[in-house]
Amino acid sequence: MKMNGAQILIECLKREGVEVMFGYPGGQVLPIFDKLYDANLKFILVRHEQGAAHAADGYSRATGKVGVCIATSGPGATNLTTGIANAYMDSIPMIAITGQVKTFLIGNDAFQEADVTGVTRPITKHNYLVKDARDLARIIREAFYITSTGRPGPVLIDIPSDVQLQEVEFIWPQEVKIRGYNPTCFGHPGQIKKAAKLITQAKKPIIYSGGGIISSAAHHELKELAEKIQAPVAMTLMGLGGFPGTHGLALGMLGMHGTAFANHAIMEADLIIAVGARFDDRVTGRLDAFAPNAKIIHIDIDPTSISKNVKVDVPIVGDAKNILGQLLEEIEKVPDVGDWLKTIEGWKRKHPLTYKDGGKIKPQYVIEQLYEATKADAIITTEVGQNQMWACQWYKYDHPRTFLSSGGLGTMGFGFPAAMGAKVGCPQKQVIDIAGDGSIQMNIQELATCVCNKINVKVAILNNGYLGMVRQWQELFYKKRYSHTRLYNPDFVKLAESYGALGLRATKKEEVRPAIEKALTTENVVFIDFHVEPEENVYPMVPAGEAINRMIDGLA
Amino acid sequence: MRHTISVLVENKFGVLARIAGLFSARGYNIASLAVSETMDPATSYMTIVVEAKDENILEQIKKQLNRLIDVISVTDFTKKEHVDRELILVKVNYSPREKNKLENILNKYIAKIIQHKGDTAIIEMVGEQEQIKQLLEALNQFGIKELIKTGRIAMASQ
Repeated sequence: MKMNGAQILIECLKREGVEVMFGYPGGQVLPIFDKLYDANLKFILVRHEQGAAHAADGYSRATGKVGVCIATSGPGATNLTTGIANAYMDSIPMIAITGQVKTFLIGNDAFQEADVTGVTRPITKHNYLVKDARDLARIIREAFYITSTGRPGPVLIDIPSDVQLQEVEFIWPQEVKIRGYNPTCFGHPGQIKKAAKLITQAKKPIIYSGGGIISSAAHHELKELAEKIQAPVAMTLMGLGGFPGTHGLALGMLGMHGTAFANHAIMEADLIIAVGARFDDRVTGRLDAFAPNAKIIHIDIDPTSISKNVKVDVPIVGDAKNILGQLLEEIEKVPDVGDWLKTIEGWKRKHPLTYKDGGKIKPQYVIEQLYEATKADAIITTEVGQNQMWACQWYKYDHPRTFLSSGGLGTMGFGFPAAMGAKVGCPQKQVIDIAGDGSIQMNIQELATCVCNKINVKVAILNNGYLGMVRQWQELFYKKRYSHTRLYNPDFVKLAESYGALGLRATKKEEVRPAIEKALTTENVVFIDFHVEPEENVYPMVPAGEAINRMIDGLA
Repeated sequence: MRHTISVLVENKFGVLARIAGLFSARGYNIASLAVSETMDPATSYMTIVVEAKDENILEQIKKQLNRLIDVISVTDFTKKEHVDRELILVKVNYSPREKNKLENILNKYIAKIIQHKGDTAIIEMVGEQEQIKQLLEALNQFGIKELIKTGRIAMASQ
C-alpha cells in the first residue's frame, strides 16, 4: 500500500504498541501532525518541548514501556535535548522524533534548521537522519529495538518534512537485524561459577544494586538472592524500589547522602555484589579509599560500565534478571553472616536516619507524612537538590517503578513533567512530585497541560525560599556566602488557581497532614506550598572527594 | 604507548563523526586514521592509531567502540601478530651532483623518486614506522621541504 512518510511513521508507532505521544507542533512536522489529527493515537500537547521529553521519560520509567516525544526542527528539537540527555544518563528507553528542514535545504542555514543528529550524537544511544521514506519503517523498527534492549537509552529519529510527504510503498519489516548490535543476555557460566564461589566464602557480603534491577525487572531475583545469602542491600538513587525499602535487609540509599549504615557497611564489606550499578562518583566518594577490603563482583549489561571506575574481581556482562537467576541456581552453600548482620544492626541503632524536629515545618516531616498518607502506594517523582535527597531518605519504596528521579544528569525541572507522564501511564495511581521552590519553576508551564488533560498529579513544594542544595554547600564550604541562591517566588497557591488547579498552603506543622489529605482526595491537579525551615540541611553528607564513611551528620 | 586498532563499520554517513566524537568526548587523541571501503561496499575499515596511557584506557576505548551500533567489530593489534604499513610522500632538494648518494639511500629503504622537477624531487616510500623514520633521518642532509604521511593500515597475520 502506498503511504507518505508521515503515515508510515504513525502506522509504525501503532504497530510498535505506542499508546500515547507527548509533543509540540511546528513548521517542519506539519505533515505528521496532519496525520495525527485523525490517527486515533492519544496525544498530549505540552507547553514546552522539554516537558514532552521528560513526560515521555516519566511515562517510560513508570510503565516500562517506550515513551515517545515529538518536536519540530531547530528550537523544538534543541529544547528536547535536556530531556534526551536526562534519559540517556539514566538508561531510559525513549524515542524522540524531530522534524527537519527539507532534504535539499539541509546544511543551508535554513529557517529553524539545526544539526540535530549532530547535537544529540553524544546523548543518544543511537540516532537517525532519514533521507528517504523507503528507509523509514526499517529505521523505526530498529529504533524501538535499540532503545529497549541491552542497556536501554533514547533513540532520536530526525525526519525532513519532504520525507514526511514522500509517497512510497509501505513495507513492514518482519524482523530487525543489526549486525553491529547484539547485546549479551546471559552471564558467562565460568564467571557465574567464580562469583558463586566468592559468595559462598564471604563473611561480610553486601549487595549494591542500581537502576539495572528495575530496567531488567530483576527485583524478584534480587530479593531471592538477598534472602538466600542473607546479604544486606544498599541501593543507588536509581535503584530505589528495586528491593523493598521496608525489608529487614534493606540499607536504603548509599553514597553522598546515603544512610550512615549503608556507607559503613559497604566500606567494611569483604564482598560487594554490584548489580546494574556503575560505581558513580556520588556513590563511591574518594575512589582510592572505597571499600578497601572488598572483592567485587560486577554484574552489568554494559561492558563499558565494568572496571571503568573501580577494579573488579569478577565481571559478568549480561542481563541482571538472567544472571541473578543463574547465580541462584549455582549457589549451594550459604555463607555464615550472623556476626556481620549484628554489626550492621549496631550501626543502624547508632546512626539512624534522623532530624531535629521543632520550629517551622521540617521538610523531612512532610515526606514522612506523604509516606503515611499514601500508605506507601504512590509513584513519587522528584526534582533535583534537597527535595530529591529527602525523598530518597524519608519515603520507603517497596516496588520498582515507584520512584522516578533524575539520577545521572540531575535535571531540575524533571519531576513535574515526569509526574505528568507517569500519571498518563498509570492513571489509577497517585502520582506526587516532591519539588523545591526553585526547580518547580523550571517546567511550571506544564500546569496547563495537566489541568486541561485532567492529569491530576499532586505537587508538594518544599518551599524554603532558597536553591537549597546550593545554599547548603555555600553554608558548609563557602563561609555562608549565599551567592544568588535566595529566591523570589510567586504565590504558588494563586499561580495554581490561575491555571484552574487547586492551590493549598501549609505554614505550620499541624497543617501538613490535612493539606496532604485534601490534595489526595481532590480530583484535580494540586499544588501544596509547604513553607519549610529555610536553612534545613540534608544529612548525613559526605563532602565531595571524601571517603564515604567520613560523613557529616549535622546533629553532633 | 601507541596502539593500532582496526574497526569494521557500516559504510554510512555520520559513522566517522560518531567514532571521532567518542574519542574527542573523552579527550583521547587520534594519532592517525585511515578509512576506506572494504571488498563489501556496505562496510568500511577504519584503522586508528591511538595514544593510551594505560591498559585501562585502551580497554575503555575498545569497549566504547564496540558499543556503537554502527561498529561491527573491533580488532586490537597490540598483542596480535600483524603487519602494518604507512605511505609517505616527501619533497627534498635535489641536485644532479648528489644523485648517487640519494639513490643509494633510496635503494636501501626501497623508496623511489616519483617526480623530479627543477631542483626538487618527490620521493615515495611504503614501510613500517621505524623504517620511515630512518629514511627521513637519512634524507635530512638534502633538506626536506615537505612531508605528507597517510595513516597506518594494518592486517592480522592469520
